[in-house]
Amino acid sequence: MIRTKLILELGFKRYLVPPVKRAVMMTGNTAAAWAARLAEVDYIPAYPITPQTEIIEKLAEWIANGEMKAKLTILESEHSMLTAAGTGALSGARVFTATSSQGLLYAYEMLYNVAGWRAPIVLVNVSRAVAAPITLEPDHNDFLSTRDSGFILLHAETCQEVLDLILIAYRVSEDYRVLLPSIVNMDGFHISFTREPVILPEIEEVRRFLPRYNYVNPFRAGKHSAKGVTVLRPPLYSFYKYQMHFSSLNAVKVFKEACSEFEEHFARRYDVVEKYMLDDAEYAIVMMGSFSTIGKKAVRIFREEGFSVGLLKIRMVRPFPKEDIREALKNKKGVIVIDQNISPGFGGILYGEICSALYGFRDRPPLILSVIGGVGGKTLTIDEIRYVFEYLLDCERSGKEPRPILLFREDELEEVKSLLKVGFGGDVFQL
Amino acid sequence: MSSNSRYRSIKDLLSEDYVVAGTPLCSGCGAILTLRIFHKILGGNVVWVNAAGCVTLMVNYPFTPLKSSWMYTAMACAPAGAQGIRDALDILMEKGRIPVDQDLKVAVITGDGAAYDIGLQSSSGAIYRGLDFYYLCYDNEAYGNTGFQFSSATPLGSRTATSPPTPLNPEGYKKKKKDLFEIWRAHKPPYLATISPSHPLDIARKIEKAEKYRGPKLFIAISPCPPGWGFETMETVRMARLAVETGIWPLKEAIYGEVKHTYIPRKLKPVEEYLKTQARFRHLFYPVKNAEIIQTIQGEIEEYWREVYRRELGENI
Repeated sequence: MIRTKLILELGFKRYLVPPVKRAVMMTGNTAAAWAARLAEVDYIPAYPITPQTEIIEKLAEWIANGEMKAKLTILESEHSMLTAAGTGALSGARVFTATSSQGLLYAYEMLYNVAGWRAPIVLVNVSRAVAAPITLEPDHNDFLSTRDSGFILLHAETCQEVLDLILIAYRVSEDYRVLLPSIVNMDGFHISFTREPVILPEIEEVRRFLPRYNYVNPFRAGKHSAKGVTVLRPPLYSFYKYQMHFSSLNAVKVFKEACSEFEEHFARRYDVVEKYMLDDAEYAIVMMGSFSTIGKKAVRIFREEGFSVGLLKIRMVRPFPKEDIREALKNKKGVIVIDQNISPGFGGILYGEICSALYGFRDRPPLILSVIGGVGGKTLTIDEIRYVFEYLLDCERSGKEPRPILLFREDELEEVKSLLKVGFGGDVFQL
Repeated sequence: MSSNSRYRSIKDLLSEDYVVAGTPLCSGCGAILTLRIFHKILGGNVVWVNAAGCVTLMVNYPFTPLKSSWMYTAMACAPAGAQGIRDALDILMEKGRIPVDQDLKVAVITGDGAAYDIGLQSSSGAIYRGLDFYYLCYDNEAYGNTGFQFSSATPLGSRTATSPPTPLNPEGYKKKKKDLFEIWRAHKPPYLATISPSHPLDIARKIEKAEKYRGPKLFIAISPCPPGWGFETMETVRMARLAVETGIWPLKEAIYGEVKHTYIPRKLKPVEEYLKTQARFRHLFYPVKNAEIIQTIQGEIEEYWREVYRRELGENI
């Protein structure tokens, strides 16, 4: 009692709080490392790249001081890293790995292989725009370039979501109805290096949610198997690819099941999409990743101003949750899709996906506006969202067809102008 | 070689084969012959990790001629695939999740294209990390599976699909063969050797010796290729033997980087005997003999062996 009193007087109240779930401040990278630790992964093949490196540094530290029992191997490239991740999973180890941007693209060949091997690894991608020009700032081109690989693709908005989605991803990937690897994506800097409150689940509770990985036919002495072998007959190749497609489609249902169990264990609710003030809204903004937080703020402000707006956040990119998206956007008067990526010669990638999900849907919104913003880490402001929203309303009133908008603010233009002036040795806009 | 080897004569090799008949590879393939001998010594509890090459087509769904396991990766990364399997088995044993008797030997098998060219980075990484694995490189001195284009393992003077001899380019391939043995040796692996399917006892004794070491155990095998080199399919062993007897393919080993030749021919056969039996060198003899190139090749072989005689036998020739 005396001791307790003393601690109280010293102000160390946290020692007296019973061990309930408490939020701890941590970066998205640390949250990802915690998820790997809580999932009790066996094997971590790794390779450094900004802004992902903190994840493997954290894991290396825990393994070195004995807090975590896993094998960490630093490979000589991401291509090798992903290869080792895949063969490790086929040998019965639960595998975690992480990369970013150039690293993901360097490993690109093996993304298709690991998915084709049906090796249920979880890879965290910390989004960073792809060179050239080279930058460290985020956008989603790296992540979205993987969408035809067969990986399950999940995108986190917050540090908490990073941790939770990794745990859920293992459940989904290792489920025999799916048996495909997952990528959990977070935005570089905005999440990777930003500290947010994160509730760390208890390890026993995680064990109850996520049973031990048990691969059906691992490499073992006395049990011969051949994996990744050639198929020279085209129908066989098609057969396996169709299998992957149907297994990927199964992941919508499996993810929802896992999420409802996750809620029972940890009291946090997720779904393939997140609807924010959307159900009664007349207009919808579609976004994904950390900038959705800005979008949500814009929605709150516009609501206060009397506009009926909501936000749809896409959490699952593959499989693409078409039915959930249709249901969420049903009968909206107009939709704005804000893409933090650019497919040169096409436009926003998510815009194209949303349009294809809505095409042929009887209750589809009549207006869908494509907006590109935040490419290469460029910021997105409430004013810009207001601008595109007013443009949408203007299109609706006047009946004109909305044209895609590539956001670029005047202050940014001034900044670029002054840099170009240095680069060209004169005012390039006057030439 | 070591007199305490259990392999004293060819009869000491197991009669059991782990590579059974019925592979879809070319008849007379030097690679599969080497693999057969190699596998007898390694035993059945092996997982072969493969990179794209001729041997990839050996395991073609739903058939495999192997009584062991197989993992095809991609062209550049077979050693990384081996790393993943080795690491997984190690950590699962360490955690007590699998018994030690379920452990496997992990072996990489690739051609020279993967070993000398596209996979050089991943093999260097695996050797550097001290990965406990075997690497069997079957060197047929070109990209055989794609139709015999030159690789950096192609020797001077060879005709390949991408180095055709023409009046403007009478010698065919103009560069010298890359010395992968020396590149790998620079990593100082516990065991490194060259082998030839013409010398099965030498292969057996080398694997026997290598097995004592933990870490990279690397083998580069001369692999005569009937369609690529242009010789009759029954001549494979003779080609491999000629390569050894002419001294163009030395049989040697390096333990932690210390080189020792396991077979030192007292008198080298002229390299012409080797070259003129293969269509890939025919342009060096017909329609006119290119004595200059042949002499260059012969000269390099002699220079190599002079150094070996001096270093290993203390003889100056």
